[in-house]
Amino acid sequence: MRGEVVIAGIGATAFGKLGRDTISLNVEACRNALEDAGIEKDAVDALFVKTPTSRREFMYGQKLAAAMGLQPKLGGAWDQGGAANITLISFAAMAIAAGQCEIALVCYADDPRSGARDVYARPRGEDAAYGWFSTAAGYAMIHRRYVIEHRAPPEAFGAVAVTCRANGAANPRAQLRKAITMDDYLASPWVVEPLRRDDCCLVSDGGAAVVLMSAARARSLNVRAPVPILGFGHGQTSAPLHERATLTSTMAKVSAATAFKMAGISPQQVDVAQIYDCFTITVLMTLEDYGFCAPGHAAGFVAEGRIAHDGDFPINTSGGLLSESGMPGLQLVHEGVRQIRGTANRQVKNARFSLISNQGGVMDTHATLILGG
Amino acid sequence: MTLPLPERTTLTQPYWEALERQRLVFQECSCGQRWAAARPQCPKCLRTDRWQWRDASGRATLISWVIYHVAYHPAFAERLPYNVAIVELEEGPRMMTNVIVDDFADLKAGMPLELNVQHDFGVLLARFAPAR
Ligand SMILES: [Zn+2]
Repeated sequence: MRGEVVIAGIGATAFGKLGRDTISLNVEACRNALEDAGIEKDAVDALFVKTPTSRREFMYGQKLAAAMGLQPKLGGAWDQGGAANITLISFAAMAIAAGQCEIALVCYADDPRSGARDVYARPRGEDAAYGWFSTAAGYAMIHRRYVIEHRAPPEAFGAVAVTCRANGAANPRAQLRKAITMDDYLASPWVVEPLRRDDCCLVSDGGAAVVLMSAARARSLNVRAPVPILGFGHGQTSAPLHERATLTSTMAKVSAATAFKMAGISPQQVDVAQIYDCFTITVLMTLEDYGFCAPGHAAGFVAEGRIAHDGDFPINTSGGLLSESGMPGLQLVHEGVRQIRGTANRQVKNARFSLISNQGGVMDTHATLILGG
Repeated sequence: MTLPLPERTTLTQPYWEALERQRLVFQECSCGQRWAAARPQCPKCLRTDRWQWRDASGRATLISWVIYHVAYHPAFAERLPYNVAIVELEEGPRMMTNVIVDDFADLKAGMPLELNVQHDFGVLLARFAPAR
């Protein structure tokens, strides 16, 4: 089904501190995505939503459908952490290809900045009495092990932060528009050592949505700028850190291999990538697990300036989670779409293959999306 | 905000009794699987009737660690900075713990450790210290 389904429209809310409920954010994002696609609401027959990370609600997908005045054929809310957005895009694409629906909305919204963010600070497993709290600490544990195994210098992590912050500073929509130098990064305070503040993504309110349909349907509806979905893949490590055989590689490897196989391309053919950057360590490990560089070689790869917007492997061209919005992932898909449309703020010339990674939990879940013209 | 503490259950009773004797136990299944965090079923063969408690030697090595500079729970606000570590028992299973050191600079990957059971927050905690 390579290329059979397209992303026909993208839409988002503002990012930052919004003080609005998640249903209203989702509705605004969907309205904007439908407008971008040039589609009437009534044509939508499937609605897939990632559950708001910070607020768990029963029947959330149906509440959203009600708010939108939709009676979809299928849909609902899905929880799989930050990998859920690409997973839902995959599910929607497969449902369209199987003839189960024709036009699907995939969306996400959350309000952890103005609402509650306890979810990110919660105790992990049974080990609260040892002080084992927070999502950040899980990534710090992996970060430390990566440094132990590969002797990566702090500047390798810094290169990711500096790159994303520079791209975010150039993005008028970004929540944090403040570029940093390597010295700024190195001076940024510890949160959970070895994580510095500037290794950690933003906390953001916001919503985002995409409209999916078949390529044939997009042609018949004269959709302005459809972007074909060439491949996707998934992989779930699903284990607490102390039960993983390794901390420095994950099922991201399987996710990427599946997506590259479906798209029929190799990692070397990717022109631009949006790599999920909840923490800088995630980017380094994803580069390796995807085969963009050899295991243990990400530090050298990023130090050469290749990932900058004018390098030969530009990443996170709108600023990523570190600078554009801390929302889990759908905004990265938007940027991947803009790169193929040729409308990105920091446009990569002649981008033919655009890759996006999504990741959830403490590297528990992973999903990969490949778009192309 | 109360601190969630591990509870004594029928399953974990032998674990707590071992800690009272300054010993650590883990579970081992006849299929060969060994694990540290107590559970009723083997994660490999999924059986509930083939595992037994085994005594750990108490010797372990340091796999990774973090140092908290912010407290995510008030109970730890006055303990900053503190460490949480993953250690690998000599018998194979890994677990989350704290390493008792005066200076965090003494923490080294692969360093040998030994069990040091401590009373804290009203429960017994299986902590580790550098091997003597
Ligand atoms: Zn077994």
